[in-house]
Amino acid sequence: MPEIKVTPLGAGQDVGRSCILVSIGGKNIMLDCGMHMGYNDDRRFPDFSYITQNGRLTEFLDCVIISHFHLDHCGALPFMSEMVGYDGPIYMTHPTKAICPILLEDFRKITVDKKGETNFFTSQMIKDCMKKVVPLNLHQTVQVDDELEIKAYYAGHVLGAAMVQIKVGSESVVYTGDYNMTPDRHLGAAWIDKCRPDVLISESTYATTIRDSKRCRERDFLKKVHESIERGGKVLIPVFALGRAQELCILLETFWERMNLKAPIYFSTGLTEKANHYYKLFITWTNQKIRKTFVQRNMFEFKHIKAFDRSYADNPGPMVVFATPGMLHAGQSLQIFKKWAGHEKNMVIMPGYCVQGTIGHKILNGQRKLELEGRSTLEVKLQVEYMSFSAHADAKGIMQLIRMAEPRNVLLVHGEAVKMEFLKGKIEQEFSIDCHMPANGETATVQTNPSVPVDISLNLLKREMALGGPLPDPKRPRTMHGTLIMKDNSLKLVSSEQALKDLGLNEHQLRFTCRVQLQDQSPEQETLSRVYTHLKSVLKGFSVQLLPDGTVMVESILIKVSSSPEDPDSKTLLLSWSYQDEDLGSFLSSLLKKGLPAALC
Amino acid sequence: MAAHLKKRVYEEFSHVVQIPHEEAPAKKVRLSKPSKSAALHIDLCKATTSTDALQSLLQFARKPVEVESVEGVVRILLEHYYKEADNSVRLKIASLLGLLSKTQGFSPDCIVDDAINTLNNEKSHQVLAQLLDTLLVIGTQLPESPAVRQRLIEMACKHLSDTYFGVRNKCLKLLGCLGMMDTSLTKDTEGQGTSSGGARDIQSIISDYFGDQDPRVRTAALKAMLQLHERGVRIHEIIYDQACRLLSDDYEQVRSAAVQIVWVLSQLYPESIVPIPSSNEEIRLVDDAFGKISHMISDGSWMVRVQAAKTLGSMLQVSPHFLEQTLDKKLMSDLRRKRTAHERAKELFTSGEFSSGRKWADDAPKERLDTNTVNLIASGACGAFVHGLEDEMFEVRIAAVEALSQLARSSASFAEKCLDFLVDMFNDEIEEVRLQSIHVLREISTHITLREDQLDTVLAVLEDSSRDIREALHELICYTNVSTKECVQLALLELLKNLNKYPTDRNSVWKCLKFLGSRHPTLVLPLVPELLSTHPYFDTPEPDMDDPAYIAVLVLVFNAAKSCPTMPALFSDHTFRHYAYLRDSLSHLVPPLRLPGNGLDLVDSRCGSGSVESAQLFLQQSLNRVSTIQNLEAPGAQDLLNFTIRDLQRLGELQTELAGAADFCATYLRCQLLLMKALQEKLWNMAVPLCLKQNVTATAAAQQILEETYKLEFLYSGLESRQVATIHHVRLQARALQLILTARSRQGLEPLIGSCERFLQDIESFQRLFLAELPYLQDSFVDQLLELLPRLSSCKPVELVRILQSTLRQSGLLQLPLPEQIHRATATIIEPTGESDNPLKFTTGLVVALDIDATLEHVQDPQNTVKVQVLYPDGQSHVIHPKPGDFRKPGPDRHRLITQVYLSHSAWTEPSQIEVRLLLAYSSSSTSLSSSPASRLGWSDSIDGLPPPELAVEGTIPFSKPVKVLIMPKPARR
Repeated sequence: MPEIKVTPLGAGQDVGRSCILVSIGGKNIMLDCGMHMGYNDDRRFPDFSYITQNGRLTEFLDCVIISHFHLDHCGALPFMSEMVGYDGPIYMTHPTKAICPILLEDFRKITVDKKGETNFFTSQMIKDCMKKVVPLNLHQTVQVDDELEIKAYYAGHVLGAAMVQIKVGSESVVYTGDYNMTPDRHLGAAWIDKCRPDVLISESTYATTIRDSKRCRERDFLKKVHESIERGGKVLIPVFALGRAQELCILLETFWERMNLKAPIYFSTGLTEKANHYYKLFITWTNQKIRKTFVQRNMFEFKHIKAFDRSYADNPGPMVVFATPGMLHAGQSLQIFKKWAGHEKNMVIMPGYCVQGTIGHKILNGQRKLELEGRSTLEVKLQVEYMSFSAHADAKGIMQLIRMAEPRNVLLVHGEAVKMEFLKGKIEQEFSIDCHMPANGETATVQTNPSVPVDISLNLLKREMALGGPLPDPKRPRTMHGTLIMKDNSLKLVSSEQALKDLGLNEHQLRFTCRVQLQDQSPEQETLSRVYTHLKSVLKGFSVQLLPDGTVMVESILIKVSSSPEDPDSKTLLLSWSYQDEDLGSFLSSLLKKGLPAALC
Repeated sequence: MAAHLKKRVYEEFSHVVQIPHEEAPAKKVRLSKPSKSAALHIDLCKATTSTDALQSLLQFARKPVEVESVEGVVRILLEHYYKEADNSVRLKIASLLGLLSKTQGFSPDCIVDDAINTLNNEKSHQVLAQLLDTLLVIGTQLPESPAVRQRLIEMACKHLSDTYFGVRNKCLKLLGCLGMMDTSLTKDTEGQGTSSGGARDIQSIISDYFGDQDPRVRTAALKAMLQLHERGVRIHEIIYDQACRLLSDDYEQVRSAAVQIVWVLSQLYPESIVPIPSSNEEIRLVDDAFGKISHMISDGSWMVRVQAAKTLGSMLQVSPHFLEQTLDKKLMSDLRRKRTAHERAKELFTSGEFSSGRKWADDAPKERLDTNTVNLIASGACGAFVHGLEDEMFEVRIAAVEALSQLARSSASFAEKCLDFLVDMFNDEIEEVRLQSIHVLREISTHITLREDQLDTVLAVLEDSSRDIREALHELICYTNVSTKECVQLALLELLKNLNKYPTDRNSVWKCLKFLGSRHPTLVLPLVPELLSTHPYFDTPEPDMDDPAYIAVLVLVFNAAKSCPTMPALFSDHTFRHYAYLRDSLSHLVPPLRLPGNGLDLVDSRCGSGSVESAQLFLQQSLNRVSTIQNLEAPGAQDLLNFTIRDLQRLGELQTELAGAADFCATYLRCQLLLMKALQEKLWNMAVPLCLKQNVTATAAAQQILEETYKLEFLYSGLESRQVATIHHVRLQARALQLILTARSRQGLEPLIGSCERFLQDIESFQRLFLAELPYLQDSFVDQLLELLPRLSSCKPVELVRILQSTLRQSGLLQLPLPEQIHRATATIIEPTGESDNPLKFTTGLVVALDIDATLEHVQDPQNTVKVQVLYPDGQSHVIHPKPGDFRKPGPDRHRLITQVYLSHSAWTEPSQIEVRLLLAYSSSSTSLSSSPASRLGWSDSIDGLPPPELAVEGTIPFSKPVKVLIMPKPARR
């Protein structure tokens, strides 16, 4: 039985460091290559030594696919390709390819320049890595090699996020990456056709959440921001530079315009400008509204949102600041948070998920005293709000995607184990399909039942159709006679005559003969006619003929009667049938063995 | 065996083909048939290649065929059909057969046999499909003959087993269009003999193809079933299961059709009971269908989603608790055995197995619930509308909003529930959706009372920059109920803010406050002192009467005071004065109030006096009085007419309901008066050569009558053909008068002959148009003329004029029948107001845009008829056609024109006024009677033969007061 093996190197029962190995039909594919936000040591990157202890990865991997540009999905890419060593193709969509290096460079700067780490990848390495990238278009089938093909679907989530279908022969795997089933202010919803993959590898960040309507959330968010501003407070919204940030920007921008508010909105970090540029460019990847109106005004050209300078944080008066990163674990958002945390008028809105171990996670869990590096503590007085804005599918969305794709197995990654367990139960209950949730390094094996394509000769097919009913019913299997020829790595089904001709063989007839003893006093001729009438009455719908030369023909089965000279009372019936009529022949022989009916005697 | 048989049939057929080919019976055909078919025949015979033949057929198809020659053409086509070897030509012939049998007046039963015959012999699948299509046309043309239908249906059943999807498609279509309830068919025995003999009815045959391998055939089968339903056949309930299975088909068109069929069944058998799979419970079919269709709102294809959302709206029989689930996502798989454990389900909902995502970490898994229980409805159905409303495609969102409104209108509790969702939709990113949801909220607002927070969200939209949105919202506020006085105050404040921000909304805001006041008198009462800023001890300064905001407040207060008699006690003196002023200047916004003291209440006594009935009676009496005119002497008659006209005009002013009718009658009588005056001038007694000078008044009168008749005909809506006939009659009289006057002016015979001919044509067209009305025109001018018509058309112009003169002078006044409902088209230009003293300055030679905002009432088809005219001081005038998109329709018989006109002129030294007015364009060819002969020719492009409409008079009627705008084109600076 062929198998599909899935091994998460990261993101198995965990969020962050997405890296999943899939081997399907003899091909090995790495899906995503991310880093973990919660760690600063070796655990930050996936353990590539799982693949090979030493040496390069190129010979072990057929391709690497990156679903989107978030660092927990692509952060380890230069490390893997340049420092561990991989020269094969890396696939990602156009927007991802454009934005990914910006984020990697930013990540490198923070780690190397700020934290002073050594033994980290360099700018040059990022560039070299990017040279190996092959861009993908939506719904475009890319042939990686002769057997392996991949196809990208729209996933929502962030600009350029894609779900990937990986196909070898008739086996296929769909990897969702991160996806969103509800459209938002700037992106559409994920969509996949009914591709019925063997395995659907789905994220499950919000496995136990069913969110309120998006509009409700938007309204709450705007209300909270508005109230805080009217009180004169400062609002900090930690975001990742790209993705949610753009959505919230559009939301606030339109709200500001509508309500005619004057308080400044700032957006920290310089990389936003570059990234916003790409948002303006990749209009085709955005939602219906932006696509339709960009000719009049590109929604990403903000009027109210200005760039942030570090000195602004101390300015008096209300303001809204978007700052990176989103989980308050480092960088500017943490700095601003420290500055503002002491005042209860201020507010921090966490618009997304926070990994365990980050400050974001701590304050959301109600911790009011934080220990910082250098043994100082920080009193948290400001309001902490949580709005689930991160664009992951919620439980209902995950179910919806499963319903859309109709997979044979589901495999959950990118979520917390307890919650996965819950969703797993739901999936198994509702769809009655298997659901797996391997931990990191654990391998999930899925048996597949690939169909084997066979060429059938047209003549044979037509002949079968003429024999059978009006139309083949796709729902019901049908048997047909033919010869299967396996030759030169190809399978062919032809009629037996054709096969004989092709192979240059003579046809051999296989005939069965059978003698049936019968006690009957009447002469041969009469016995024969009695057999004839008997068969005629039993076998309705078959042609039973009494031939003049003293034989009975049932279809192509011959029946003769001979009487032995020594015992005129016992007659011997001689049955003869060919191999093709085996069913009928054996039926006849057993029928005649029972003797002729007494009534006829 | 069967295959063998078929082969034999084909072989036989090929012989049949050969024989006529040899015989060439062209001659016979040519003798008996008209030339058109003969020409076709020759063309086809000449064609050596199939392309040529195809070409000639295509050419042939462009021209229409007369009814008489259709059959001949069909025969020829069939003949060629048998001969033709090329598939494409046969295909074209087959399609032509279908087209031909559509010809009006041709009964295609004579070609049924031939068509069926060809069908039996055809091998090409494409041609077969086309032939079946032709049969379908034939079948629909012959609704009266069940025998033919039966045969056709049998044909279709036979070909259902074809391997080509197109043939099966067409067969199913045919079955759907022609199949009858009572046709029970013996399945054709040719195919599979004894196995499935016996009667089968059409529905089960069609439903067999629900499981076809080709999605197009599945769709066709579903469509055929729908077709059957549309034709009034009751679909069996057994199909329900199959249809439900198709809801999860791989192909979107199948799913879309399946949604429709499930809907149809749910409407047919709402109360049937269906079991829930994997349990022993049962629910009503309509609930089950509702659940399944709700499920489709999260379908992968947006077309299906739109279909599903639309369909949901019309499933009104669904049980309330199912309905309410569509608004709650969290019920997903929580809802179990609702009927048996209602309370528990409710508890589940409040405890929440899933977290809402609003609070952090409220999603820690709780105790596992009993997982053995079944889902009552497919879990995807929960929150269907929540999904629909936040769908990616705005088409789906709009459909969902509409469905919500339909369901909410029939269920008050649901309306209450969906309120929040609709209010949320006010923040949608697409304006169309926002607008739609505002409209919907208005429609269901009878069911609901807005809470303060909801009102807050609603009112926030008042700041929207789109005018449509704001006006829709004003409409909404007109109809909403609010619960507290804070709400009223909030609404007022927001409206005033709105007024401040967008002064052009003035009228609409005032109107809005009028309704707000009259709806909530008791809520306004405690606010009055604050609103009018009165103080118990101190006199406050008198507010400025011209301030729109102050007027707005007053409108609110006065309307509230109407049903709250204690309120006027709170008014200060100047409020009373302002009331009197506003009551006069804005009488449509300020209601009559019963005010205490100094006779102020007398002001309004006039209004209630005359009821509509008495006014109607008066109108009728006046008209009757006029009919006695024949018996009076000329001066007396003229006086009577004069008085009646004056009476009617005054009546129109007093009774707005009858204004149209009164105006109409007055105008008609004025025409009569003019005619009478013209005819009684002295000139008629004078000799022809002497009267050159005196002609002037009569000519002017004739001209004026003509103009008035056009006004009568086109400015008023609701005319019946009798009135139109009467109007035309007057016009004819005016024309006759004109003719006589031209004859008398003696400018040569040549123009006279022309105008005589035109006049005769007029009479003829009158006769043609109003044939039905002629009995009512006994003894009238036209009646007499028609009697004399044979003589008129043969005699000389001079004599004609003489006859006319005598008949015209003898003819009396025609009684005007009073129409039921008659309205005069009116237009008021709201913007520009014409009050501004600041000239609109622009550089010479460049253009300046002038915003025009006008309301039109009782105008039919304003997109084509309403024009804007700009008159410059130098007499130059421009007529501008507004774009169709500039017209909106806020209510029945009401239109709103919001447009921009572009002005330009060369330099002036001083600012000067231009006039802007609206015109109503008309053309006499488009008589308000829609009696234009419907010349339907069976063929597509055959309009070129129509004669141009004779004597079409086109013109425009100004129907709004002109507005003056000061403009100042300045010379360009160098």
